[in-house]
Amino acid sequence: MDIHALQQIVHQTRDARRKQTLPKFSPAERDQLIHKYHPDFRERAYRPIRFGPNVGDKTVVELATLLEGDSPIPDDFDLAPDYTTDVLVVGGGGAGCAAALHAHAAGAKVILATKLRLGDSNSVMAQGGMQISVAPEDSPVTHFLDTLKGGHMQNDHQLLKVMVEEGPSIAKWLLSLGVLFDRDGDGNLHVKKGGGSSKPRLLTCSDYTGLEIMRVLKDEVLNQNIQLLEFCAAVELTSDEKGNCTGAIFKDLDNHRHIVVAAKSVILATGGIGRLHIQGFPTSNHYGATGDGLCLAYRLGAKLMHIDTFQYHPSGAVYPEQLIGALVTEGIRSEGGHLVNAKGDRFVNELDTRDVVSSSIIRECEEGRGIRTMSGRIGVWLDTPLLDAEHGPGTVEKHFPAMMLQFERFGIDISKDPVLIYPTLHYQNGGVKIDTNSETNVKNLFVAGEASGGLHGRNRLMGNSLLDLMVFGKRSGLTAAGRAAGMSQGKLTVGHLKGFRAESKKHGSGNGVVSPMILPAYTRKE
Amino acid sequence: MTQEDKENIIDQPEVIRHKMVTIEIAGKKYEVPEGITVIKALWYTGQEVVRGAGCLGGFCGACAAYYRTKDDPKVRTCLACQMAVQDGMSITMMPPFPARKATYDIQTLKDPKQDLFNLYPEAPLCRNCNACTEACPQKIDVREGVWKAVFGDFKSVSEMFMDCVMCGMCTPVCIADIAPNLVALYVSRAQGAHFTEKPLGLDTRIKEIEDGRFNDEWTKILKMTEKELADHCATVK
Repeated sequence: MDIHALQQIVHQTRDARRKQTLPKFSPAERDQLIHKYHPDFRERAYRPIRFGPNVGDKTVVELATLLEGDSPIPDDFDLAPDYTTDVLVVGGGGAGCAAALHAHAAGAKVILATKLRLGDSNSVMAQGGMQISVAPEDSPVTHFLDTLKGGHMQNDHQLLKVMVEEGPSIAKWLLSLGVLFDRDGDGNLHVKKGGGSSKPRLLTCSDYTGLEIMRVLKDEVLNQNIQLLEFCAAVELTSDEKGNCTGAIFKDLDNHRHIVVAAKSVILATGGIGRLHIQGFPTSNHYGATGDGLCLAYRLGAKLMHIDTFQYHPSGAVYPEQLIGALVTEGIRSEGGHLVNAKGDRFVNELDTRDVVSSSIIRECEEGRGIRTMSGRIGVWLDTPLLDAEHGPGTVEKHFPAMMLQFERFGIDISKDPVLIYPTLHYQNGGVKIDTNSETNVKNLFVAGEASGGLHGRNRLMGNSLLDLMVFGKRSGLTAAGRAAGMSQGKLTVGHLKGFRAESKKHGSGNGVVSPMILPAYTRKE
Repeated sequence: MTQEDKENIIDQPEVIRHKMVTIEIAGKKYEVPEGITVIKALWYTGQEVVRGAGCLGGFCGACAAYYRTKDDPKVRTCLACQMAVQDGMSITMMPPFPARKATYDIQTLKDPKQDLFNLYPEAPLCRNCNACTEACPQKIDVREGVWKAVFGDFKSVSEMFMDCVMCGMCTPVCIADIAPNLVALYVSRAQGAHFTEKPLGLDTRIKEIEDGRFNDEWTKILKMTEKELADHCATVK
């Protein structure tokens, strides 16, 4: 059958579904559903890490292999620095730009290095919005409780309190830089309701929130003349005799030479892991999301946490083939879009947390109520035309111009026809353990944004990532900058690799894998 | 597959048939499966991609490319991660274009609408050729935007350019040497920082936090046992 014939059931059942209200699952039902269907609970995808700071902890095989991987840098590498700086930021996404801007504003000399271009990141793709409790009926405490509930009560309370309390001042900072958040008629910030949140709290720039914030932050990094090293991938960190972080070694991807940067502090803002395609999932992540920061921090002795849990965004595109894995923003569900199975039935409250919604979609598909494409992909319908039916013609086009354009390129009008979706690998819930200043257990090594762990617990709430980036980018940048004046540059060695390599040998892990991955191996070999 | 499953199958002819098509990448011919994206075609033909790929979702503008389809004289633009290949298509990735970006301190601008002419003096020299609009893979009416910027309608510009992914394809085609995307970015930021109402509710909330309005609630919550906290969370609806 062609797609139009199969879609008819969605159109036919729309009016009946509009009258329905679906209750959220009880805590017991949620747990049961997640344990049975969420990819985090597929035992065979996991194994314990053999050595290092997290020895014995389980994570997905793909990540364990990279964490145990060897460094490309030999013990006797020449570490004469090519650049010297107070603060070295690794990564050019939201957290990296925020860290660099705040450190620079605090008077530090800053270098921002990134393996692609400034701004090439997941941040630029964030469509759903940014959670900040600005509405009178809302509060930072409610934001805290919603996030905790979404994170299965596993979130670090101190990190979380800091994030929700600093949110409003972050909004003010972004507004002062010229970010155009959507407004209400009275000039106040417009808030939307996000999945798993009890109050409307999402600040948005239509469905281009991440793009708008990143356009502005990138422009500001350039205006401030912050030194950039683009197309330079971090491949190792350096340490002094005490094991404190003192800089990093990069590979220049254009000429394959190494670049050594001496720094009083290093901020890793390297983002997530989607391009590892954990458990074979497609991903919504950008080209460079290969978990490099985790490998670098781990070799230097930084402890990781919650690295056994990943977020599978409920709505990744399944059709057309060209868009597989691309996100269909949660905003569609926030505005009332239904999830519909092959029988035309709803099967979950669409505004439940991402892990619950994803698990329920996987359940529908595994129990034979999914829609299959001839390439073997399977999915359920997201009723996008419902938004026009509910809120008036033109709603989809006005509120989701990015989505409209993306599908229009392949001849699909999402305001007229529903889209086929299935969970896509979206976010790394855990990462490197940090304190409230974003510092790891390795002195002078900071981690900000998706590469860090603890804040989101075992499931990140929609809209909390953009805020995470801004808050902990800022805190890492300010702390690193504040420290620079009172300290001298430590010695650059790769002494930590000696111990790491000895451990590796002892555990017979010499599997030939070298990490970080830098870019996924998509190039077809003959 | 269950019976139900069999009924619910979407035919994707281009996928099942694996029809191969001939395309030209930077002047060289290759056979690739029909319908894959241009970026995937680069990988398929054995090319290492470092420059020219970014978010792979159509938002970052890293993969700007030029293409021409069979028998069509017009050279068009696209984002390579969002464009499906077809038989007879020729493609070339856009080289990074060295456009001049003005630097400014957005917060201390005195007269942003006048400052535009100091920062981008070429902006009013648009000769209406419309090449920028035709070059935009995001379908923005770029030419109209430049004129609106010059006439001080910053609000319209900021709305029109919300779709802009900063790929820069409007720049090399401009006969007046304008970089329209950079002009629009300046204008949008100025609109946000200088000509948009201050949200009063936000200041109220910031003051409430500074004044410790939520302190009692925090103290109560942070003292709770895990069980108490879980029960408390369950009451938040």
